[in-house]
Amino acid sequence: MKIAVCVSHVPDTATKVKVGEDGKRINPDGVTYIINPYDEFAVEEALKTKELFGGDSTVKVYSVGSDKSKESIRKALAMGADEGVLLKDENQRDSIGIATALADEIKNDGCEIIFCGKQSVDYDNSITGQLVAEILDYSCISVVVRLKIDGTKVTAEREIEGGKEIVETELPVVIAAQKGLNEPRYASLKGIMASKKKTIEEKPAIESNIQTEVVKMHLPPPKQPGRIIGTDSSAVPELVKLLREEAKVF
Amino acid sequence: MADKILAVLEQRDGLLKRSAFETIGMAKKIADDLNLEAEAVVVGSEVSNIEEIGKYGINKVTHYKNANLTNYSSSAYKNAIIDYATEIDADYLLLSNTAMGKDLAPRLAIKLGAACVMDCVNIDASSGEIVCTRPVYAGKALVDVKCNSDKKVITIRPNVFKAKASDNSSPVNIQLKEGDSPDLKTRVVDFKKSEGKLDVAEADIIVSGGRGMKGPENFHLIEKLAESLDAAVGASRAVVDAGWRPHSEQVGQTGKTVSPTLYIACGISGAIQHLAGMSSSKYIVAINKDKDAPIFNVADYGITGDVFEVLSVLTEEINNVRKG
Repeated sequence: MKIAVCVSHVPDTATKVKVGEDGKRINPDGVTYIINPYDEFAVEEALKTKELFGGDSTVKVYSVGSDKSKESIRKALAMGADEGVLLKDENQRDSIGIATALADEIKNDGCEIIFCGKQSVDYDNSITGQLVAEILDYSCISVVVRLKIDGTKVTAEREIEGGKEIVETELPVVIAAQKGLNEPRYASLKGIMASKKKTIEEKPAIESNIQTEVVKMHLPPPKQPGRIIGTDSSAVPELVKLLREEAKVF
Repeated sequence: MADKILAVLEQRDGLLKRSAFETIGMAKKIADDLNLEAEAVVVGSEVSNIEEIGKYGINKVTHYKNANLTNYSSSAYKNAIIDYATEIDADYLLLSNTAMGKDLAPRLAIKLGAACVMDCVNIDASSGEIVCTRPVYAGKALVDVKCNSDKKVITIRPNVFKAKASDNSSPVNIQLKEGDSPDLKTRVVDFKKSEGKLDVAEADIIVSGGRGMKGPENFHLIEKLAESLDAAVGASRAVVDAGWRPHSEQVGQTGKTVSPTLYIACGISGAIQHLAGMSSSKYIVAINKDKDAPIFNVADYGITGDVFEVLSVLTEEINNVRKG
């Protein structure tokens, strides 16, 4: 079984966002970049799926971005993926642009199971997996917290408002991983050493129309610190009064 | 003929959700600004409150009705919506950014060759061209987005654009389409309801607990307050990672981004990832022993005291007020 996993190289979630000089994206100075947290669940599930199918199954890592994205590909290789490819584009792409490049490359490789994170924590669109699936005409289950693949039958639990849907489909499939799907393994020292010998192929990402364009990035208005109304439960009546009369929440 | 905007409505268990009415209201507003014709589409079997859409500004709805469409099926729902969007040559599709909306919108965009803009908190069409504002980095920043393609699929964040019913509703024209064999390749076969009554993503009030709650056994205090306010229970990442609470309750980056009317943070210090996910709440109450906790920088009202003591009294007080 050929298994694909897509990863995105994103600012650490602890980043304090500042708007960059072009006014359209963040200022990267001093920002630490990491593998998108949801993609770690995707990598782990890809590795488990490889173990499930056994034989000559492989896990290949795909990423679209600049040279820096190789760090996140390397991280997935250190966890145990077999090879990686960087689809290079120094310019910003929208999700459809990214998905178009991923789908094209994955199709050429003939992967029947594709994993990705349910969203990247930079642009928060939550759509790349579904886009890739639609371009390739694959099935897709998003926000997956449990997965079972039995032959060509796929059963997954997907998180929605107020509960979990049990979804059935068939291979080929794209699975967009949610936190809770598994416990991502740590890269062992051996894995890290081995990853340095694994190849990361580099090629230009295929052209794609830019359908959406960020014209401006701005910060939300700063919240004014409010009032400390007390230091123990004697402040509760005052709080309830404020909630009723000022905030009018009940 | 005017261009068209199609509001894609979500039903669960045979009822249009509140977010569906928000979608109608927004579609109507965009239609007015850009001089478009607005109509709606819904996929399901029975939809008992379908007539209500008239009160929110749209009076034409097409219902893809089939017993096999009771539960969500990404393949079948997508095909039905594409079928109708193509038939009327819709230029805009508007959905709510719910689990279903997020799953469907990108598929529709690819099939229609449309731009896809997710999770908008503002849509400005006053210049004659749509500019969508959406949060990024879990709300640490916002971006204004323009679309370069003629067709656009847009989702709006639930709970942001409140649906307002008007008194004078015109009769609703319901067009039924009863297809016989929907493509059920990908389908929901069962649903497991979570224990909590309300989901943080949909709640108007959230009571959230953090590490200051000291252990999972103390969360009944949070649950009781939530119950007295008809609120959802939320949690910080620290307590979810510790296994005290399920991930579905996690608020913040790598959890859910929420903007309820009232957010009560109990024993939450306010890590940057948490603040990003809840700072846009209309009113924030923080209860925390540590007066220097960053949560107080975003809170409207704070009590710097023992969270257990304050919670018990607060629940009691609110119960009294609501009974009286």
